[in-house]
Amino acid sequence: MSGSGEPVVHLDRVRFRWPGQEVDILAIDELRLCAGEHLFVRGASGSGKTSLLNLLSGIHTPTEGEVRLLGTDLASLSLSKRDQFRADHLGVVFQQFNLLPYLTTLENVTLACGFSRRKASRSKETSDVAATARKLLSALNLAEDKHSAPVAELSVGQQQRVAVARALIGRPEIVIADEPTSALDADNRDRFLELLFREVEAHGCTLVFVSHDPALAGRFSRSIELDAAEPASGVSA
Amino acid sequence: MTLLRIALKSARFRRTSLLLTVFSIAISVTLLLGVDMTRKEAKVSFLNTVSETDLIVGARSGPTNLLLYSVFRIGNATNNVTWDTYESIAEMDEVAWTVPISLGDSHRGFRVMGTTGDYFEHYRYGDSQALTMQEGVEFDEVFHAVLGADVADSLGYEMGQEIILSHGLASADFADHDDKPFTVVGILERTGTPVDRTVHVSLAGIEAIHLDWQGGARSSLTLDAEEVLKFDLTPTQITAFMMGLENRATTFRVQREINEFDGEPMSAIIPGATLSEFWRTIAPFEQVLFVISGFVLVAGLLGMLTTILSTLNERRREIAVLRSIGARGVHVVLLIVLRWLLGGRD
Repeated sequence: MSGSGEPVVHLDRVRFRWPGQEVDILAIDELRLCAGEHLFVRGASGSGKTSLLNLLSGIHTPTEGEVRLLGTDLASLSLSKRDQFRADHLGVVFQQFNLLPYLTTLENVTLACGFSRRKASRSKETSDVAATARKLLSALNLAEDKHSAPVAELSVGQQQRVAVARALIGRPEIVIADEPTSALDADNRDRFLELLFREVEAHGCTLVFVSHDPALAGRFSRSIELDAAEPASGVSA
Repeated sequence: MTLLRIALKSARFRRTSLLLTVFSIAISVTLLLGVDMTRKEAKVSFLNTVSETDLIVGARSGPTNLLLYSVFRIGNATNNVTWDTYESIAEMDEVAWTVPISLGDSHRGFRVMGTTGDYFEHYRYGDSQALTMQEGVEFDEVFHAVLGADVADSLGYEMGQEIILSHGLASADFADHDDKPFTVVGILERTGTPVDRTVHVSLAGIEAIHLDWQGGARSSLTLDAEEVLKFDLTPTQITAFMMGLENRATTFRVQREINEFDGEPMSAIIPGATLSEFWRTIAPFEQVLFVISGFVLVAGLLGMLTTILSTLNERRREIAVLRSIGARGVHVVLLIVLRWLLGGRD
């Protein structure tokens, strides 16, 4: 159903392997994601999850094929242009240790706008950057008194929500989440996912969510499975 | 600017480990420089214990022995030089000045050296520095004494203090020249050489206290301090003498002439040459210091490496976070440089 215009994410006959390696770590024939879609990528460790995320965020370029984000071929950009592209259009949530320990909660969130004029100006549309960040944090159930607290005082679950706020500020088109729930217990995980979906939808972002946990797949509109032995051939949307 | 703010905040966040690191580096650098400087200074100060003296002459012995007792006041002369011989050598055309010295007595563990006023005029140490008085004047009477800085300090002596010299190096009562006390008339400025540990008196003073001694013991005939002054106090023999030449080019010739002197067996040494020869024999000591400074450096570097490695994981995550939110490579490098400027290390 590629009729809904240019896909946000488009992988075309992508192969990735490290220099000197003989087997591809990752082989995806086609993957298209439209605006607002939520993709669940499941794979055991070594299945190429990290490589896929690195390709999507422009840290690596594919050995073969093309990675197009928002119609731009990442490989055609220079290194610093790719960094800028990531700063402007991507939000990233890691497994753990997402935050800089010496900044407050609020500073960690607004930091993303420090590296991207686009994000800064988009978060100023309604009020100033700090107010937008506060609104996001509150929407993610982080009480006001936590906003100016050092992040070391937050629980892991709270830290992950701060990371989501940072990924969402400035409304990037794509949010990449790399096992963001692996450090959370089941209750926290479910609450976290609910909040994540709600905010991602509210901001109209396309979500790529990577996890080894197949139980999560049901919550996503689409899912693919990566397998080291049998490189996935993505289903086209 | 965002980066500067991040750098400042991270420096404040890690101020304890930062201070400890700076402190530990400061200590290892201080140690390294300290040890190295001590090593160099020790050598320089040793080699400059005596300067501008062209030859030191004593009774025939090995050059090191002559150097040790005449300059460092270590050990004893095996034999003396007669006053007549001294005078005839001092009168040689090539000789500009001579300073006779007479050793053998002590005062509470410090060597006593009999000499003449010329000593204060001609003796040079270090970079041709002359001896200067911290207090008082040079001796001009038989029972006057001038102290080195260490002697005055460690014995707490002041001007006008009366001191008793002992015969030889023993401090036994029976060997004291207690009937002829000396008066301190001057204290020398510190030199960092054996001069500091020496009691200087006139040759006449040495002669006077030994007038009623024979063969290292008090003779039955005693003379008091008043009576000895009536005698001729020109010494009959001295231990050694220092010599400056009119022309340095003649050093080797004069040295050979003295070594072949007909009257009595003599040795002349060039102090600079003998000093460096002697330094070479204690060179292993210098190497030990060198090895120590090497170890200090290695310890310092290992400490630094440990700190770096222990913070490396933290740094790596931090860089990953910064990169993920769009910090470019140049930003990360700038941040590292800023942190480094603020006193941290990455």
